[in-house]
Amino acid sequence: MTFAVIITVAVSLTLFGAGLLVRAQVDSMKDYWYDRVEVSIFLCGASSSAPSCSLGAVTPEVRTQIEQELTALRPLVQEIYYESKEEAYQRFLEQFKDSPVTQNVTPDALPESFRVKLSDPTKYEVIAAAFEGRPGVEQVQDQRQLLDRFFKLLNGLQVIALSVAVAMLVVTALLVVNTIRVAAHARRREVGIMRLVGASNFMIRMPFLLEAAVSAAIGGLIAVGAIVAAKVFLIDEVLAPSYQFTAFVSWDQVIVILPIIFFTGIVIAMIAAGLTLRRYLKV
Amino acid sequence: MITFERVTKRYDKRNRPALQDISLDIQPGEFVFLVGASGSGKSTFLRLILREEKVTTGRVVVSGRDVGKLSRWKVPQLRRGMGAVFQDFRLLQSKTVYQNVAFTLQVLGRKNSQIERAVPEVLDLVGLADKMQRYPHQLSGGEQQRVAIARAFVNRPPLLLADEPTGNLDPATSVGIMKLLDRINRVGTTVLMATHDAAIVDQMRKRVVELDAGQMVRDEARGVYGQDHQP
Repeated sequence: MTFAVIITVAVSLTLFGAGLLVRAQVDSMKDYWYDRVEVSIFLCGASSSAPSCSLGAVTPEVRTQIEQELTALRPLVQEIYYESKEEAYQRFLEQFKDSPVTQNVTPDALPESFRVKLSDPTKYEVIAAAFEGRPGVEQVQDQRQLLDRFFKLLNGLQVIALSVAVAMLVVTALLVVNTIRVAAHARRREVGIMRLVGASNFMIRMPFLLEAAVSAAIGGLIAVGAIVAAKVFLIDEVLAPSYQFTAFVSWDQVIVILPIIFFTGIVIAMIAAGLTLRRYLKV
Repeated sequence: MITFERVTKRYDKRNRPALQDISLDIQPGEFVFLVGASGSGKSTFLRLILREEKVTTGRVVVSGRDVGKLSRWKVPQLRRGMGAVFQDFRLLQSKTVYQNVAFTLQVLGRKNSQIERAVPEVLDLVGLADKMQRYPHQLSGGEQQRVAIARAFVNRPPLLLADEPTGNLDPATSVGIMKLLDRINRVGTTVLMATHDAAIVDQMRKRVVELDAGQMVRDEARGVYGQDHQP
């Protein structure tokens, strides 16, 4: 049809694909992280100031009881790991090994805790309700809530990408409408003669529809190429090596996106062309 | 072949109707002139048969089909049963004579072998067998109209409509075109021709239907153009 249609289809579909890619990325990060997040139950230390710690540091009896109650919550509670003050201290030293703050911290200053892994990370409330505020427990912390803030940011990006993509697809549809109008006008003699000799609507409209579909397909292929290039050169070669602590979209997810964007372009172009032809090429 | 039953066509409410209460019958194989001044309704008459327009009231029946009631997807089928020729030829400038004629058959989805046989045959009939590879702009007006007639007739429709086919041609050339239409009529094709060329009508001595301001004022077998309308 025209170069303009191919370009707008390519750009809008690339944006659309990028939006879907961000969504897939969020999904794979959720899978990755929700598998690893824990609920931490921090126990009272000697210096804890929370109201539930008024009796001083947690006693071994209370600690054993909490562990038993956690065990009773299987299968929701999948794994229970007890982290002592000494282990917490070692981890702290590891995390802040280049910082002078380590010199002022003793194992006694860090709380002992239970690290609990849930079979369904969304059911954090169950643990919170059971242990929050009871004597001997200083605080129940859900790591998932920390992650959710980050995912909200990514979701925001995804919404922006998809809205721009939708706006671009509308522009593409309008451009197809306009291009078809011009083409129908340019070929009005030929179309008039076709009608006169008894060509069916289908025969008259087919060349226009084909042209719209072919341009959309070419634009779609460009967009598919752009998404594949983003996966190969941006994600696999730049992002994945630099951020090894998390997962990135896999080829499986990318391969699902490709046909979606390809056919979205064709379908939109065909619908726009079909509606225009109904209006401008009547028998 | 064609029946008009009390046909009225109004394009808009304020003006007088383009056709008013027209009733007539055209038998298969007839040759009918439709005469009248410009604006008398001749073209509307043909457009109703082609279903380029719909009747306001009344019925137009062509080959047993009520044209006004035809659903839109059956209109192409109706048009395949008739050829149409116009004053302005309506040829495709980018196609050769052969391709212009073959276009009809291609549109109808005929096989190539059939097209290769039928096109030279009909071009021979109209006397253009030696100019098949020319383009329309390389032909005279009369030759272009012959191509248009060949295109209208290549499918051998039982009905041929002609709207002022000699309107752009000089008298000598017009005679040639009329001879061609007469020959097409003689093989059994019904021909309905709108014209205001008095000389042709008077010479041919065929049935004449006269329209005046949308009304049928005369229907005469073997008629002439009519004294009061002579230029």
